Amino acid sequence: MKNTVKVHSFHGGIHPPENKKQSTGAPISLAPLPSRVVLPLQQHIGLPAEPVVNVGDRVLKGQLVAEAVGRISANIHASVSGTIIAIAPHPVPHMSGMEAGCLIIESDGRDEWIEHQGLEDYTRLPKQELIEYIRQAGIAGMGGAGFPTDVKLHLGDDHIVNTLIINAAECEPYITADDMLMRERANEVLGGIEIIAHLLKPLHIMVGIEDNKPQAIRALHAALDNSPLNLDIVITPTKYPSGGEKQLIKLLTGVEVPSGRIPADVGIVCQNIGTTTAIYRAVVHGEPLISRIVTVTGQAAGHKQNYEVRIGTPFADLLDHSEVRREQMHRLVVGGPMMGITVSNEQIPVIKTTNCLIAGSIEEMPPQPPAQACIRCGMCEQVCPAELLPQQLYWFAKGKEFDKARHHNLFDCIECGACSYVCPSNIPLVQYYRFAKAEIRKEDEEQRKADHARIRFEARLERLEREKIEKEERRKQRAIEAAAAQAAKKDAALSRATTAPASGTMASGAPDLKQLKSNAAIARTKLRKAEKALANAQEKGLEGIETLQATLQQLQLKSEQAEKAYTDAQNTPVQKHTQTAPETDLKQLKNNAAIARTKLKKAEKQLAAAHESGDGDIDALKAQIAELQAKNIAAEKAYKEAESGNNPATAADIDTAELEADIAAMQGKVDKAESAWKAAVESGSPAADKMAAGVDKLKDKLKALQDELTNLRSSASVTPPATVDTSALESEIAVMQGKVDKAENAWKAAVESGSPAADKMAAGVNKLKDKLKALQDELTQAKVSTAAKPAPMTKAEPATSLKEMKQQVSIMRTKLKKAEKQLAELAEGEANPALEADIAELKARHDVAQAIFNAAEAEKAADAARQGIDLKQLKIDAAMARAAVTKAERALSKAEADHKQTLEEELLAARTEAEKLNSTLERFSE
Amino acid sequence: MSAVLIAVLVLLGLGLVFGILLGYSSIRFKVEGNPLVDQVDSLLPQTQCGQCGHPGCRPYAEAIVNNDEAINKCPPGGLSTIEALADLLDVEAIPLDAEHGEEQIKKVAYIREDECIGCTKCIQACPVDAILGAAKQMHTVIVSECTGCDLCVEPCPVDCIDMLPIETTLNGWQWPVPKSGVELIATDRHPGIALEADA
Repeated sequence: MKNTVKVHSFHGGIHPPENKKQSTGAPISLAPLPSRVVLPLQQHIGLPAEPVVNVGDRVLKGQLVAEAVGRISANIHASVSGTIIAIAPHPVPHMSGMEAGCLIIESDGRDEWIEHQGLEDYTRLPKQELIEYIRQAGIAGMGGAGFPTDVKLHLGDDHIVNTLIINAAECEPYITADDMLMRERANEVLGGIEIIAHLLKPLHIMVGIEDNKPQAIRALHAALDNSPLNLDIVITPTKYPSGGEKQLIKLLTGVEVPSGRIPADVGIVCQNIGTTTAIYRAVVHGEPLISRIVTVTGQAAGHKQNYEVRIGTPFADLLDHSEVRREQMHRLVVGGPMMGITVSNEQIPVIKTTNCLIAGSIEEMPPQPPAQACIRCGMCEQVCPAELLPQQLYWFAKGKEFDKARHHNLFDCIECGACSYVCPSNIPLVQYYRFAKAEIRKEDEEQRKADHARIRFEARLERLEREKIEKEERRKQRAIEAAAAQAAKKDAALSRATTAPASGTMASGAPDLKQLKSNAAIARTKLRKAEKALANAQEKGLEGIETLQATLQQLQLKSEQAEKAYTDAQNTPVQKHTQTAPETDLKQLKNNAAIARTKLKKAEKQLAAAHESGDGDIDALKAQIAELQAKNIAAEKAYKEAESGNNPATAADIDTAELEADIAAMQGKVDKAESAWKAAVESGSPAADKMAAGVDKLKDKLKALQDELTNLRSSASVTPPATVDTSALESEIAVMQGKVDKAENAWKAAVESGSPAADKMAAGVNKLKDKLKALQDELTQAKVSTAAKPAPMTKAEPATSLKEMKQQVSIMRTKLKKAEKQLAELAEGEANPALEADIAELKARHDVAQAIFNAAEAEKAADAARQGIDLKQLKIDAAMARAAVTKAERALSKAEADHKQTLEEELLAARTEAEKLNSTLERFSE
Repeated sequence: MSAVLIAVLVLLGLGLVFGILLGYSSIRFKVEGNPLVDQVDSLLPQTQCGQCGHPGCRPYAEAIVNNDEAINKCPPGGLSTIEALADLLDVEAIPLDAEHGEEQIKKVAYIREDECIGCTKCIQACPVDAILGAAKQMHTVIVSECTGCDLCVEPCPVDCIDMLPIETTLNGWQWPVPKSGVELIATDRHPGIALEADA
């Protein structure tokens, strides 16, 4: 046989003992039907296939069992008929020896084909459909990497394919699968080539085959005579690795594929001979890829020959069939001796790329002798088919200078193992290259991830910034709107003020009063601001103090006038309308009292802040507070007086409600003050002591109020108030419980953070607990006293009103929140005294409503309310408690011995807390 | 005399031309900011974890360039980052500062979803927006976006976030470092050979 085309040469290469004769003696025989097949979902690079069957399904031979996901992926078909018994991890042929997802089918022994049929005339089918047909058959490159074949067949779309090369070189020692295939099924091989040629329309088709397969060459030539194909069978000298894609291209065409490119970039497509047969069987017979030719050889094998094996057959079945002598077998190699992998598990299945199993004896596959130092002989460079500098790459990989290795074209290494084969020092060079490649890939991946993370991080920052700006803009917009609304309101009020006195009725009297009030408030705020500005100016020695003082005086005058007008207006309607006035007046007074309280609270807070920061005019603030307190007392007194003037029958009732509201408000104050004090203690502020005193004072006040309430109640100890009494008590208890919980939490937090205030807080918690107990006792007493006279009517009534009350409370809360938000937004710009007044009013109303609601709720669900928390809150608390337990446990496990004692105690406390919460939660969720 | 004058004038002219050229190009091709900061930043792992004591990777990069901050304070980057930084800045590579944590295997956050109470605290803590969820709704981590920075673990009030090591899959598996051989010569292994040779 003579070549019709010139054969080129490639650099390097080796001539290892061929060992092919052993397995070419017998024809290809069919391996027996395995009892069980294992189909790995990933048999190649790319994504694993997705199973389309379930465990327990019966499948037929050739049925699709797993579908390709994405472009580089291949379908998987059942290779036997039977039942899917598992979709689970199973050892697969991989260098790592790891397990991967596999479909396991138990054969039913019937080997029943699914209905299948080839295409009658594939040339009539559009190319896309034909390629899709081949893709459906799950065909992947059967030479080495198992690259899905349809991807390569698409190359004709965006590349000009001049040359189609069919790789029949089979250069690795021992393997004879392709050789036998060509000898026995040359027609199928050529039929497959025809289909590929039809799809790619190459100008030139070449079959590269080594000169050590004369029978295969003859068989191909014989088949070619009956084929319409016009192709060149090119015989190349036997040299390892002439079967490498790039090496074969160099041999047949003399063209070198540039580094980092694919053959299609130079107009060449390569296909393995086994792949062409698979394509033929798929297209002509409609058989998907479910079997392949596998060479079983090696000194330990009884019958050294080629078998047609179902994909998924465990190696053990095949080895048993060829009567491998296990005692003689030293190593089981999958693939060739040069590039194959050693496996230890015989349950690993044959996959689409398994071309050879070598059951090597110890003489044939001796263990790798230990590596010695590189002697820089340069033999590796002489044999490298990729024309690299293996020695240099070895140093770089060993020294982890991966950048340099990359610059020396490490990624052009085909890992053929020629360098390791010739190395006189037995250095595992290929392993070093594989390691270096993996490291570089990992670094690249990390770099890519880091860049991605940076982009996301920057995007997030940008988003936050944008949100901030948007918020600012919204705020400004709203401020403008509010100002406009204010102006409109003012105009309206002015017009009304001119008409109102003329009519002199009650209807106009009320809004007038309000207007006057807000005027007064505005004047006051302005005055305060001016004062502040003046103080500021004086402090910093700024210019223009005189003008400021002048304005201040002016403002003072105005403020006084406004207030006078307001009080005048307030007094007049009371005298005029005796019938309806008291009620409205009462309300007004109540509001006044509430406002006064709020103001007082604010001032106190201001004082606390001032103490903490240690600047500002503390004395002035104190004076202000004193003034406010006086006002507050006056307002409350006025209110009470007005109230007592009312119908005495209802007065008691209202009075208790009022008192309760007061108590609630006071408690809120106490809470706030306490938390402020705690914060101060934690931050080590010097104002803490003073604040503590303040808290005590507030507590005293609270107690006084409570006493008053009890007094009042005892004086009016007739039957109806008694029920009210218990409900009030219950609500009180609920509030107290909430406080206790809060205090405990705070204390725990303090303990955890090691705050010095923890002891004090513990004492406070105990005190609170005592109080709670006292209240609970009181409640039981009250209940016992009222138990004799149950009120059946009261049961239904609160239920209906509860909902209403709740609604009211929530409405009020929303209003309050809205107003506060508005105020907060305005705070930076101009202050809005009217709004502040509104808020104060709203707050007072809200407090009252809340207190009433609480009382009602306590009546309705005494148990739940006693906890002072709803179910969800309880759940969250429970979860938090659990978390606290785990945190404590973790801390305990980490802690040193000396800390253990305290930590254990803490853990115990946390546990009991968690248990308590859990049990409560269970009780309520039932 | 005129020759001297011509020479001086020519040199002056040349100086002027090049001066203008340089002046122009210094304005036209002005580099904004410090490019070194960008280079250092690109070498950092971008976990934004703050273990170095700076609020993010870029601030650390800025500190390295501007304030001579040590380059060994990045535990997520580990030794490879230190080496890359040392290479870039031409300084000695130093071992990782254990004060800022130790190099650990790569992890991703995982939310035990039935325990999540939907507080959104982890979402606010995540520097790369890798946590998905809304208030009172269950949250979950987008694994492909998670940098394993740890920042979401602490804020969780119910402690339902775990840092799980990334599982090795077939695709993620790496060839290990080859066992470095015994560096001796053949006669050391078989002393008999040497003796025979001597005899």
